[in-house]
This record gives sequence, structure tokens and C-alpha cells, in this order.
Amino acid sequence: MQSYRKVEVIVGIFVLVGVLSMSWMAIKLGQIGGMGTSGYTLSATFDDAGGLRVGADVMMAGVSIGRLSSIALNDDSEAVIHMEIQNDVHLSTDAIAAVRTKGIIGERYVRMSQGADDAVLASGDEIEETESAINIEDLISKYIFQGKE
Amino acid sequence: MIRTEHLTRKFGHITALDDVNLRIKPHETTVIMGGSGSGKTTLLRLLASLECPTSGNIYFGDESLVGIKQKRLYELRAKMGMVFQYSALLNSLSVFENVAFPLREHTDLDDVIIQTMVTMKLEQVGLRGFEDMMPSQLSGGMAKRVAFARAIAMDPEVVFFDEPTSGLDPISAGVISNMISDLTKKAKMTSIVVTHDVHAGLEIADHVILLWQGEVIIEGTSDMIRNSDDARVVQFIEGRPDGPIPFSRSETAFVDDLMHKPGTVRMSS
Amino acid sequence: MSTVNKQPAMFQMLGGLGRWCLQSIEKFGDAAVLSAISLAHLFKRPWQGKHFMLQMYALGVGSLIIMAITGAFTGMVLALQGYYTLAKFGSESLLGSGVALSILRELGPVLGALMFVGRAGSSITAEIGIMRVTEQLDALQMMAINPHARVILPRIIATTLALPLLVSLFDVIGLAASYVVGVELLGVNAGAFTGEMVAKVIPMDLYAGWLKALVFGFLVGVICTYMGYRAEPTTEGVAQATTQAVVVSSVSILILDYVLSSIFL
Repeated sequence: MQSYRKVEVIVGIFVLVGVLSMSWMAIKLGQIGGMGTSGYTLSATFDDAGGLRVGADVMMAGVSIGRLSSIALNDDSEAVIHMEIQNDVHLSTDAIAAVRTKGIIGERYVRMSQGADDAVLASGDEIEETESAINIEDLISKYIFQGKE
Repeated sequence: MIRTEHLTRKFGHITALDDVNLRIKPHETTVIMGGSGSGKTTLLRLLASLECPTSGNIYFGDESLVGIKQKRLYELRAKMGMVFQYSALLNSLSVFENVAFPLREHTDLDDVIIQTMVTMKLEQVGLRGFEDMMPSQLSGGMAKRVAFARAIAMDPEVVFFDEPTSGLDPISAGVISNMISDLTKKAKMTSIVVTHDVHAGLEIADHVILLWQGEVIIEGTSDMIRNSDDARVVQFIEGRPDGPIPFSRSETAFVDDLMHKPGTVRMSS
Repeated sequence: MSTVNKQPAMFQMLGGLGRWCLQSIEKFGDAAVLSAISLAHLFKRPWQGKHFMLQMYALGVGSLIIMAITGAFTGMVLALQGYYTLAKFGSESLLGSGVALSILRELGPVLGALMFVGRAGSSITAEIGIMRVTEQLDALQMMAINPHARVILPRIIATTLALPLLVSLFDVIGLAASYVVGVELLGVNAGAFTGEMVAKVIPMDLYAGWLKALVFGFLVGVICTYMGYRAEPTTEGVAQATTQAVVVSSVSILILDYVLSSIFL
């Protein structure tokens, strides 16, 4: 049947278009399989990771170098985060990870600062030096109480 | 060919068929007649195993159709054909494809042979040349003929006809009636026809079964029916509005309902 | 009946509610059994590949245009509304992520599924209902074709597989349309728009959207085939079944969407 062939071809095109849409979103938006496989993992421990969420940017000098892959609490009630860092970015062992905010009401991200050490962090290593999130409330109350003293 | 034993079918509290015992002989045209609501369509659907009886049994040849495995039933269906009241053509397929449908589904014949067979069947029903029309373009009579051609496409042993002449003009109805009796004789088919068309029914029947309120009130040859003294049979054949088969279907007395005394059952006269 | 019912109105209402619940449960069970029987044929010969293809064509390809149009306008209106709301806080740069998350997580699967119900679901119920009225289902039985395998199964599979594809297309078109309105028309910074979009969307958002579409597709298939198959074999019966199929499918989609969202967030 000629018409059935046509149906098959059109359905084929339909499925292809659908799958292309899916993979476009997966690669461009979800970055599934993209950065995940070409990066390495670092962990860091913060006293306060306030506002960070999975998928948040990891930036160095304002350039995105990776993203947050997990965030959890450890036994000492500290926040442990895991980050996926792009393979072509090398961080020294004394690099500093800090939780910062984009703008005043913007979202939280992890800011990395390069250290001076020649040794480079490998996958699975932990970043020793961390700066917790700056809590504006704490800052303000601190300022007020200092003023009174 | 087909036999029923104490066949009973109930829908809720309504008994559509009550203890029907039948014997349908091969190579004959059996006509099941009765007024609407007499259970004749239910009987046909039971015989074709489209429904299951509440109790009793149906035998196709020697095999019971009650509790039969679906696989076996489908094998038996190769020996059955059915022409439905509203033709039931598959409306997405052309006339040709409708008639070819059972052949394509159940045989491995190649296209050339199927083409030949379909052409033959369509010639038998006088519709050769209409292969490319769609069911929606057909008149009622033509659709019924196509349904006929489809039912006999697999050369079945038994063909069921549900109201084959209802809704057709007298000429089309006559054509269909002729085709049924012709094919039964020539192709050694067994035809089972359900109809309320007394004239056409008696014309083509070798054997007539008359149903009333789910029970067989008489069976025999057309002449036996015509010469019957039974008042119900006479009333049905002559089409009189009132008689032993009452005009009113109400079960309570009119006076009682008017007096708001519900539930009083009317005395049977 | 000419008796006047002396029961208090309260009891009548409660009785009605109880009866309605029992009937609903009964129907739910019936639908589950019907689709289970049909799905069992997935593993039995003969394969219904050709009929699945035809349903993919009728239901999937047939819904493409309506999906594209709803997708485009959803994206456009989201960008427009989002822009004016965000502009009040001076955070227009968040537009991209806001639009992307709403479309991917909620509007794509839900609006897509609702449009799919209207376009494909209603046609399934109407078609099967008409097959019931015109005895085509019985005719198939008489020709030794199992209607569960031939009529119901391909439709359930087709809706289940077609909806995720259609929703993905809805998403992509919606995002593109929001880009056009947000960046080209309203002048949001292109880099901020796409950057925010990429930064905020995590794989889970995509998985959740696709899973929703898959579940909704299956649901539409099951409900609409059931309604058609069990339609009262009259003209009004089919009309009623079609209306009911659309209502029940739409409400189920919205309820299930909440349940799924609460699981995934």
C-alpha cells in the first residue's frame, strides 16, 4: 500500500522531530551528558551554605567553570557540597571556595579563588579553605551592637 | 450444526431469553422471527458467541461455545460470517479493503489472488466496479451488499444475518433476500436470519422459529407457520396491533395508577 | 414511580454521593481491567505495529499543529507577563529562567496534555464509540480480530509515546517564542536571557516534565479508550462519553500533576 508507506515516513519524521527537541533541551538546557562527563568532582565543607541549590554556578573571576552537583549535611552539622568542574580548569590545592550572591537579591553561587600552591587538585579532592555565606542579618545586627559598645 | 440447550439470558431482572432449545440444521436457511424485544437479536448474538448466556449451553458442531478458549473461538469464527443490522463496515477502509479484510488478516494469499477473490465476491453481490468507494458514500442497500460480500469472503459454513432487510427499500430488500436463499442453496451454506419482516422471512425460510417474550412459541416450515392456529402466531403474521400479544406493555392496571395505588399487578386476561 | 419519596433531603444527598462514589470506583476498576487486558496483548502475537503506526499518525502527527500554536503563544504570553512583573523589581534578567522553568516543569506537560485531550482524546472516544454503535467492534470479533489488541492497545501505546514527543516540541517552540518576545521585542539582554535559562534548568526539571508527559499520555489513552469502548451504543451515548472522556481526562491530569509535582519538587 502506497499510502501506508507515506504514513510510516511521516510518523518517522514526527518521532525524529520529537527526539531532536528532547535532545536539544537535554544538551543545551539540562546539560545532561555534556558537562557532566567532561568534568571532575571536588568537594568542600561550609559552616553555612545558605541559599545554595543544586545546579548553582561555580565561578572564578566571574567566569562559570562548573556547577553544583549535590549538597548535603555531614555528621558535624556542616554543609558538604560537591561540584563538577570543567576539565580544562586547574585549581591549586590552596584555592578558596566562597558562597557569594549575584547582585543584592540575586541567587547564590560558589566563588572560587585561585591559590598560590603549584600542586593541583584532582577529582575527589576536598577544598580546605572555605568562606561561608555572608548572612546580611548577622552583619547588620553585628554592626548595630558594635555601635552601642 | 448449531444446538442450544436450556439457553437463558438475563439482563438484570429482565429475562431476554428463557430456556430456549433449538437445533439448527446445516445447509438450510433458519429464520428467527419475533417482535421487537422478543429476544431474537439476543439469541443471534448468543449463537454467534458475541455474548455469553446466563445459563444453558450452545454447541457449534460438537463443541460447546460456553467457556470456550478465545483462541479456539477465533479458529471457529473462520467458519462463521455475519451481516450486521447497520452493515458495520470499517469506515476507514474502502469497499475493496473491507471485503479483503478477513482474507488479509487470516490468510497469506498474495495481492493478486486476494484481488481475484474480492472481485468474485463483489460480482456475487452485484457491486463489481465499486471497489474504490468509501462506506460513507454507499446507500444502505449497497452497504449491506458489501457487508454480505465481506461475510462470505472466507467461504464460511454459517452466516448470521441480523435484520438483513430492515431499513431498505422493497427492491433492495428483495435483492438481499434472494441473495441469502441463493447462496444457501448454491454454496451449501447454513444461514441464520433474524428478522421482523414476516413476508421476506417466510419467503426464504426452510425453518422458522417464532419468539415471543424470550420463548419459542412455534417452529417449523413456513407453511406450518402460515397455517398455524395459535392466536399469537396469527396476530404476528397478520400484524394486528392488539390480541394475545397486548398493545399495552404496562404491567400495572391503568385505573390503579390513576388512583395513585402503585404496585398492583394487572390480572392476566 | 408515583410514590413521593419521604426520605429527608440530607439522606438523599448522602445516598447520591455514596452511589456516585461506588459507581466511580466500579468504573475505575473496569477501566483498569480493560486496559490491563489490552496491554497484555503487547506481548502476544500478532503484533499490531501497523495499527500503532496509523494511530501515531492520527493522534501524534495530527496534534502537531495545535501543539505548536499553543506552545508558541504560551511562551509569548509568559515572556510578556513575566517581563512586566519582573521589571517592577528590576530583575528582567531572570526572565529567561522564569519562563524556562514554568514551561518545562508545568505548562508544557499540563497545557500540552490538555490540548492533546481535546484534539486526540476526544477523537479516540468518539471513534471507538461510533465503532460500538455501528457494530464495527462486533464485526471485528466475528472476523476473529480481538478489539482489545486491535483497537485499544495501539491507541494507548500511541498516546503514551506521542505525548512526550509533542510536549518536547511544545517546550522548544515555547522557549523560542519567549526568546523572540523577551529579547527581540522587550529588549531583555540576550545573554542574560539564555544564560539564566541554561543556569537555572537542571536535568531533574527535564526528567520531571518528560515523566509527566508520559504519565499523562498513558492516562489519556486509558480513559479515552475506556469511555469509547463502554459508551452507551446510541448517538447520545457516544456524545456523552466523549464529553465525559474530556472532562475526566482533564481533571485527572490536573490532579495527577499536583501529585507528581509534589513528589518531584
